[in-house]
Amino acid sequence: MLSGADRIFTNLYGMHDWRLAGARKRGDWDGTGAILAKGRDFIVEQIKESGLRGRGGAGFPTGMKWSFMTKQSDGRPHYLVINADESEPGTCKDRDIMRFDPHKLVEGALIASFAMGAHASYIYIRGEFYNEARHLQIAIDEAYKAGLIGKNACGSGWDFDLYLHRGAGAYICGEETALLESLEGKKGMPRLKPPFPAAVGLYGCPTTVNNVESIAVTPTIMRRGAAWFSALGRPKNTGTKVFCISGHVNKPCNVEDELGIPLRELIDKYAGGVRGGWDNLLAIIPGGSSVPLIPKSICDTVLMDFDSLRDVKSGLGTAAVIVMDKSTDVIRAIARLATFYKHESCGQCTPCREGTGWMMRVMYRMVEGRAEPEEIDILDQVTRQVEGHTICALGDAAAWPVQGLIRHFRPVIEQRIAEYKGRALPLAAE
Amino acid sequence: MSEQFVRFEEMPSSFAFDAESDAEIARVLAKYPPNKQASAVLPLLYIAQGQMLRQTGSAWVPVAAMDEVAKRLAMPAIRVYEVVTFYTMFHTSPIGKWHLQVCTTTPCWLRGSDEVVAACRKVTGIHGWNETSADGLFTLSEVECLGACVNAPIVQVNDDFYEDLDGASTERLLEALKRGEKPPYGSVIGRQGSAPEGGPNTLLEVGAK
Repeated sequence: MLSGADRIFTNLYGMHDWRLAGARKRGDWDGTGAILAKGRDFIVEQIKESGLRGRGGAGFPTGMKWSFMTKQSDGRPHYLVINADESEPGTCKDRDIMRFDPHKLVEGALIASFAMGAHASYIYIRGEFYNEARHLQIAIDEAYKAGLIGKNACGSGWDFDLYLHRGAGAYICGEETALLESLEGKKGMPRLKPPFPAAVGLYGCPTTVNNVESIAVTPTIMRRGAAWFSALGRPKNTGTKVFCISGHVNKPCNVEDELGIPLRELIDKYAGGVRGGWDNLLAIIPGGSSVPLIPKSICDTVLMDFDSLRDVKSGLGTAAVIVMDKSTDVIRAIARLATFYKHESCGQCTPCREGTGWMMRVMYRMVEGRAEPEEIDILDQVTRQVEGHTICALGDAAAWPVQGLIRHFRPVIEQRIAEYKGRALPLAAE
Repeated sequence: MSEQFVRFEEMPSSFAFDAESDAEIARVLAKYPPNKQASAVLPLLYIAQGQMLRQTGSAWVPVAAMDEVAKRLAMPAIRVYEVVTFYTMFHTSPIGKWHLQVCTTTPCWLRGSDEVVAACRKVTGIHGWNETSADGLFTLSEVECLGACVNAPIVQVNDDFYEDLDGASTERLLEALKRGEKPPYGSVIGRQGSAPEGGPNTLLEVGAK
């Protein structure tokens, strides 16, 4: 188990004061000016060396992303945009950071913005997080008042403004370019890439979009050193991660531990085990709704990190672990996710707009068993016509849960169809 | 009880921001660069919706308010209409005093959101989605993941999350709202944030020194 001293989010459960005074007691804002004094290159190098990979789902190396921002401004301002549009089913980690450890995010925003030459940063928080936004705004106001951000932030000579922007209910705005569109006052429809945000982002200026957790861990990495962070976890999957364990466990919870912790250990140690015992496990979605589920046989041994989960054709995603025991109608569980993607498709690309609705309708027929066995292959084939044929990854995210279901639970679908065909039909009076 | 669509002719023909809203708008506009004021469209729509709640008891955005937002931000009105209808949190028709937003996405469903939905229907008498009860007290909506999955199932009542619900506790919550009470939001079984039920098993040493 990760030692308490190595945990970054020491107020994850809100047991202590989340305001500036409490945050300072836990070590936030300690020597921030000195960190900035080491210069932007040093900070970017440290984040690169730490091996930090983006915590929003894709797992792209954060330091490398930061290095895409040009060193010399061509006259356009640089922006850091922080993605707090946490909406991936199963995921609720950024919520805890923002309501209980908001100063980690505010301090991280300063350090990251400085490292990328940005004098302004926007945090885009999902609209439903009203109370979380309230806490975060209070933390921002406190930081301004204490001279930690604003003009000459932390005495560094760097001017830095941080603004909170509330979304209004659209999952797609968690996609970075849709988020930028939304922040510019438009519908949240993703942009074609290239150009990438680092070249043409917010208001046409160089922009980096990072997840809340990625930014919130940077002050601790800078204080404790890249070597400390990279010694945790596994090679290429370094550091700690907040896991969200939901569904059929005895005690659902959020917890921070090292990447690479065995899935079974994570559930048994922190979440009180699977309801009815480990042998009652049916399947787990290990990284939020967008990644394919894995059956118990894989859950027995798999490690919770980017590469281990990719090797079993799933993914770490946001590290939202959704547990399903043997009482679960797994076809219905995935059909409900198909409804989610149908609801959240922005409608811009035809394969996604039409495909998500089509997949949902067929999935609900599969729930009943009102289908032909050949239709399983047709469904699988359609998911592959959506996947990779859209501007953003929502099409892929809609396709993968269905593909995972077919890959691992095809016999269950076939049995449902057989049962439907074999049911006693009420006969009309003859 | 039905979905209260307001016909265009029946909508308020004019809308003006009041002094409280104007003060808020000034604060909001300062966040965005000059000539990028369209960025303030979501915040201004929230302000308009909030003013409607103060003035009429129902949080919604009539077309006249959208037009006023467009004027303030020097945007074509159609751009504001597009935004209003793209995002789920703006209401283009009046809603009840308490907006019950029940999450039924898979993590909530696994933890019993069906029971929560049934309890909402039972207490409010609302059968469909997006309908308002006869007394104007409740509007019931099905929403997608609210992002509090380890505290599932969840109902968002206006701005606040009620967590760790089941059928019985949902009924108690709604009965309290009916009586004019507003129970404290958060976990209804007294959990500490997202810590496991019964208390945290990590981070115990923090603050001990």
